[in-house]
Amino acid sequence: MNLFEHIGKYFMMLKFVFSKPEKGSVFWERFFTEAQNIVINSIPLIGFLSFFMGGVISLQTASNMSSPLLPEYTIGYITRQSTILEFSPTIISLIIAGKVGSNIASEIGTMRVTEQIDALEIMGVNSIGFLMLPKILATTLFFPFAIILSMLLSLIGGWLAGITSNLYSTKTYIVGLRAFWNVDQHHLYYALGKTMVFAFLITSIACYYGYNVKGGALEVGKASTNSVVAASVTILLANYILTQLVLI
Amino acid sequence: MIEVKHISKSFGDTQILFDISAQFNPGQVNLIIGASGQGKSVLTKCIVGLHEVDEGKVIYDDRVFSEMGRNDRKLIRQEIGMLFQGSALFDSLTVLENVMFPLKMFTKMSKQERKERAQFCLERVGIVGKDDLLPAETSGGMQKRIGIARAISMNPKYLFCDEPNSGLDPKTSILIDNLIKEITYEYNMTTIVITHDMNSVMEIGDHIIFINQGRKWWEGNNKEIIRTDNKEVVDFVYASTFMKNLRSKLVNN
Repeated sequence: MNLFEHIGKYFMMLKFVFSKPEKGSVFWERFFTEAQNIVINSIPLIGFLSFFMGGVISLQTASNMSSPLLPEYTIGYITRQSTILEFSPTIISLIIAGKVGSNIASEIGTMRVTEQIDALEIMGVNSIGFLMLPKILATTLFFPFAIILSMLLSLIGGWLAGITSNLYSTKTYIVGLRAFWNVDQHHLYYALGKTMVFAFLITSIACYYGYNVKGGALEVGKASTNSVVAASVTILLANYILTQLVLI
Repeated sequence: MIEVKHISKSFGDTQILFDISAQFNPGQVNLIIGASGQGKSVLTKCIVGLHEVDEGKVIYDDRVFSEMGRNDRKLIRQEIGMLFQGSALFDSLTVLENVMFPLKMFTKMSKQERKERAQFCLERVGIVGKDDLLPAETSGGMQKRIGIARAISMNPKYLFCDEPNSGLDPKTSILIDNLIKEITYEYNMTTIVITHDMNSVMEIGDHIIFINQGRKWWEGNNKEIIRTDNKEVVDFVYASTFMKNLRSKLVNN
């Protein structure tokens, strides 16, 4: 199948994803279960990565600031901007595409090869909507909260790395974090907006690859890998397009 | 009653089914038999709507299923129970939850009512005290029986079984066959079983269709199949020398 066929099939799938669920109570139960499985269970990993990446960003910024003309608060400012604009929404999304995307593609792919999806269809359940809508909605709606947490932890990581290395004071760092905020605060909304787009792409692409598995265990593995590659490429493309549209 | 009329189906340039017509009556076990790759599964998937037919009609009690839209089909599908080759139980649900699943999706029963109905179905297939196990914690034979319990939980009018004996020992196979037969007679269901298993053919074949090269090659019952002189059917049913000798003795007697 070529790229255009994949894109066409993907959009045709989305039509069924957003059809009315068979039973509201079952949908909501699955929605919160997926929010737990996909987003809340990813928080330890997101937290760990964010904390240390924030520390590394501030240390690297500090180590590269040799000019006395640059004020020290620039470290806090650059840490904040890097975290809000790229690190938390994009890098964390890429990492989550690996963790969650492969998990979803494998789960749905296994259901496909073991005929569980056929079983749903035979019962009269819209298998696409039943399996995908709760995952896509839960991730799209809850992932921004995880990213807000990631931003906070990254900034805390940056602060702790700096003060434990005696590179700057807490006060200077906070001045940096607050610098130009009145001008830059729309960056936060931009970041959360693109996080929602990335979350949608991660889950829907993984669902697409999982649902269209044909064969056995080998193909499930391939689908899982392909979904991560496709989601990562799509996130980067979407990131570029959104940045062009919103920030430039 | 399920009727198929002049069904043809192709995948790309390869035609799998050629002008198949058949009638499957309620209250009897209808078998679709044939060698691997001859189109049995495709025919069944066309009947249940997992594949669309290229030509012909699939009719469920005067309702032309093959010409219906997705929503109309849903109503008929709620009257269908299906046992899959690999049981297709939902991995993440317990035995009881698997059987309760269709009831949860399509009925307004309370949780207690659903539980009672599911337990009744499980008892009917001889599964007791396994409610909280996951499918992976049960044996192949048990999974088949749980699959049957799930299939009958909605009181279906039509029951499909895709190779219900695959991977089972002969004794368990006979148990599953008898269970399918009992349930079919008890609930007056239209049951269609795809099988390779010759024990099943002899034991429960009230009505048998032999598919060869994508065509309906032979039709009859388990008494007629013993004496048929259709070469392809004989080669399929009596594949081993032992069975061929047995057949000649049967025919001579």
